[in-house]
Amino acid sequence: MQLSYYPGCTLKTDAKNFEKSALAVLKHLGVSVDELEDWYCCGVCFSQTRDNLMQQIAPVRTLVKAKESGNRQLLALCTMCYNTLKRSIEFIKDDAEKLETIHQFMDLETTQFYGNEVDVVDILTLIKQIGLEKLKKSIVKTDAGLKIASYYGCMLLRPKEIAIDSPDDPVIMEEILASAGCENVYFPFRTECCGSYQIVNEPEIVKDRTRKIVGSAVKNGADLMVMLCPLCYFNLDEIQQDIQKEDKSFQTIPVLYITQLLALLMGLKPDIHDFSLHSIDPRPVLKMKGLL
Amino acid sequence: MTKNKTISSHRISSEDVDQLKDISGVNVYACYQCGNCSSACPAVEFMDISPHQVIRMVQLGFIDELVKSETPWICAACITCTVKCPRGVDIARVMEGLRQLVLRSDFEHGNLCDIDEKLRKKLPQIALIGNFRKTIL
Repeated sequence: MQLSYYPGCTLKTDAKNFEKSALAVLKHLGVSVDELEDWYCCGVCFSQTRDNLMQQIAPVRTLVKAKESGNRQLLALCTMCYNTLKRSIEFIKDDAEKLETIHQFMDLETTQFYGNEVDVVDILTLIKQIGLEKLKKSIVKTDAGLKIASYYGCMLLRPKEIAIDSPDDPVIMEEILASAGCENVYFPFRTECCGSYQIVNEPEIVKDRTRKIVGSAVKNGADLMVMLCPLCYFNLDEIQQDIQKEDKSFQTIPVLYITQLLALLMGLKPDIHDFSLHSIDPRPVLKMKGLL
Repeated sequence: MTKNKTISSHRISSEDVDQLKDISGVNVYACYQCGNCSSACPAVEFMDISPHQVIRMVQLGFIDELVKSETPWICAACITCTVKCPRGVDIARVMEGLRQLVLRSDFEHGNLCDIDEKLRKKLPQIALIGNFRKTIL
């Protein structure tokens, strides 16, 4: 299986541990990805306006590069990128007028893009495509006895046109983790918003969300929380410390990218994880469970 | 919500209402005020006007009040409201439309220097870019 890969900005900086672990897991499962030779910021938040095509140019330029790569599938690890690229395709495909206007503003791109030549794929769907049986066979630490709370956030589930699973009751992360030998912890806040970019101007909203989401996962007995979005990751990892400074009774939980957990269960080298990027150190729990 | 506002045909057919419709493409008149959006919104307690009230106010043409409200700037575009709406009203797009009404007339809106320096240094790029895309034109 050969596919193109679009990292986006944060996977090259704050979320290096996500990129390294995800690519290592895919390699272990026999999938190699080609990073696009040239790519641009996707814009992070999809513009929901009907009349502003300027904000579609950034994602479309990257999609043109993906088409030029010759691979049908484009892997977007970051869920914000997944959401933006996927919705951009939904917005422009089959709309000749919009496509023509966008192309008029792209001087460097010579390839014509129609919107249906590239399939943007997230890593959960990709792992399911590879096969859960194959995943199961790749796991070496089968007796870790980990209780995992899977947090989906928004970008893989909403709006429903681009959802990778049911927006109300998704199970894809739990299916993958069950195949990897983990015990799933269901908690009611698993599909709720973490506050997203409001961390910049309205950090109190993110604090409130983190308190509720983390509190719910802890109350339901989770050892670890796993996710895919680097922004959710920052909000739920970093902000836990801020909450604990104000409220000593607040119980924290380590947060990992799901690919970090899978890599550990596969017995891949711990040096791909860069635990210094974590605010709540996951190593004590991982050591206790025999994963380090 | 501001109380005792006078409803008038002048308000309902104002240019602002048409512009919001042009930007968002949403038919707000499908809303029958069930309140699902407000009950599902994760940030409703931080808002001064709740999502279902916003839709009612658009129906009645209270755009001036809405563009002065905090609500569109509290919304983080998580789209939960839209997914929950039994009438298919894309409330998240209405919020975006209200932000755009402000941003397209106020080029000074949003100041990067207002971001707390300590916080700014540790924020991932996606937080900053996401914020700029929603609060600065």
